Amino acid sequence: MSNFLKTNGSKSAAISTASATRPYRPPKRRRAARHQWAIGLIIPITLLVLWELLSRVGVFPPNLLPAPSAIASTLWSLTVTGELVEHIGITVFRVLLGFLIGAGLATVFGALTGYSRFAHQLLDPLLQALRSIPSLAWVPLFILWLGIYETSKVSLIAVGVFFPVYLNLMSGIQNVDRKLVEVGQVYRLNQLKLIGRVFLPATLPAYIVGLRSGLGLGWMFVVAAEIMGASKGLGFLLVDGQTTGRPDIIIASILLFAVLGKLTDAVVASAGKRLLRWQDSYSSHHQ
Amino acid sequence: MLHIETVYKQFDNGFVALEDVNLQVNPGEIVSLVGTSGCGKSTLLRIIAGLDKATTGSVSIHHEVINAPHPDVGIIFQEPRLMPWLTVQDNVRFGLEHLSRTDSDAITAATLAKVGLSDFAHMLPRQLSGGMAQRVAIARALVTKPSILLLDEPFSALDAFTRTKLQDHLLHIWEYDRPTMMLVTHDIEEALVLSDRIIVLRGNPGRIHRTVTLDLPRPRKRTNTTLQQWKERLLTELDVSMAERSLAEI
Ligand SMILES: Nc1ncnc2c1ncn2[C@@H]1O[C@H](COP(=O)(O)OP(=O)(O)OP(=O)(O)O)[C@@H](O)[C@H]1O
Ligand SMILES: [Mg+2]
Repeated sequence: MSNFLKTNGSKSAAISTASATRPYRPPKRRRAARHQWAIGLIIPITLLVLWELLSRVGVFPPNLLPAPSAIASTLWSLTVTGELVEHIGITVFRVLLGFLIGAGLATVFGALTGYSRFAHQLLDPLLQALRSIPSLAWVPLFILWLGIYETSKVSLIAVGVFFPVYLNLMSGIQNVDRKLVEVGQVYRLNQLKLIGRVFLPATLPAYIVGLRSGLGLGWMFVVAAEIMGASKGLGFLLVDGQTTGRPDIIIASILLFAVLGKLTDAVVASAGKRLLRWQDSYSSHHQ
Repeated sequence: MLHIETVYKQFDNGFVALEDVNLQVNPGEIVSLVGTSGCGKSTLLRIIAGLDKATTGSVSIHHEVINAPHPDVGIIFQEPRLMPWLTVQDNVRFGLEHLSRTDSDAITAATLAKVGLSDFAHMLPRQLSGGMAQRVAIARALVTKPSILLLDEPFSALDAFTRTKLQDHLLHIWEYDRPTMMLVTHDIEEALVLSDRIIVLRGNPGRIHRTVTLDLPRPRKRTNTTLQQWKERLLTELDVSMAERSLAEI
């Protein structure tokens, strides 16, 4: 064996010296990757410029579609009065609290029904039935039970977040590779250790997908909750813009929702990416 | 001492994989299981490992009936079965959790060196070739020093060089710790070089068709004429059972 390697040794040494004389060049795809995000900006920026130009010429009526510059100045004036921070603050607070409660409960129930056959038979039919109720149908009941203040809003968001997290976690656990679980069994891990060392890491990809879609629904439901009755928040700003006939405020709120939704999702996504570096997926080979 | 007594295995779907399998393996003995694909070799190993239950009959280790994985039994599966989220080193360490970090570090490093993977300790499974992954699995089974080692075609994914090297290495380990070994293999030569006994299984349902006892000193030369003669005979026998199977399938 070692002889075999030795006879080959001189040859591979020759190859490596040949390549060492050439200066190191990073692979092309790597260099391009640094600028790839810019590609996604081309179309939005073009549209924005077009929009501004057409508004200036008067193609778009300003009482329906104000120019980007008008929206920017509205945003600015809301910022300097401190109003905007307050609206954003309360909305983010509602989403995060609802997300934490919904995702927390979903984690407990999803883990139970995914892991235990009995819990699945006991709980899953009920939860699936509840899931088939359109979540907004809960609104009147929540308001009746919990009042129009924070509790009902946060509850509604929590309900929205719950189901995607629950479903993804449960099916993630159920689909854990039996072959890996057997390795844990051979080393006689107890239930808790088996969960911690095999099930948890193996389920993480599905769980993160669940968290991301749950968060998305959280943002959707905060709009619903705030439209239905609030004195603060970005959803309130939307309604306010409508009743006072200010399309610039409406569009500004929409843009803020987009930015905030994207930001929070990016946080979860990048945390997920860090945790899932081990994954042997199609995308991990194409970055 | 490993006792397999009248093991009969029927799966939930009604398929009978093993019938009336009786076998005694003495401490330190190396037994190879050969037989055509699907004749129940892996099923038998899984029952010994405590991962499956015999429908009737029993397996006992040191006169203790097996119902769940036994601490003295190590298994190398037909596939590497590495945890994709753990590095090579942490995969090997998987069964050493009860040890202190420094102890398990030392054992892990030594075992990785034995299978020639020291330089890859920090890689993830997805970065390994099939043969490398299988060697990690071998290392993972060896670190706990099991007194009974079950090997399900451990070397079938390896190139001829690495295979003979690891076969030699396996014998080396055996000389040192004298574990009982049950080795499933498709490679008759491997069975002949390594084992004290070769069990030929024939399906379906899987039954012990023939037992060959090899009373030859080790290490054995692959070119040894007695081995070559046995190889011929065993190959014909497997060929016959193959032919019978395909006839039955028509
Ligand atoms: N869970 C199961 N349910 C039903 N049948 C099964 C199950 N597992 C295995 N079998 C059947 O049992 C038979 C024996 O399978 P086994 O995996 O033991 O074969 P093997 O001898 O190891 O084959 P190979 O050499 O291809 O690995 C096969 O015919 C297979 O279809
Ligand atoms: Mg098999």
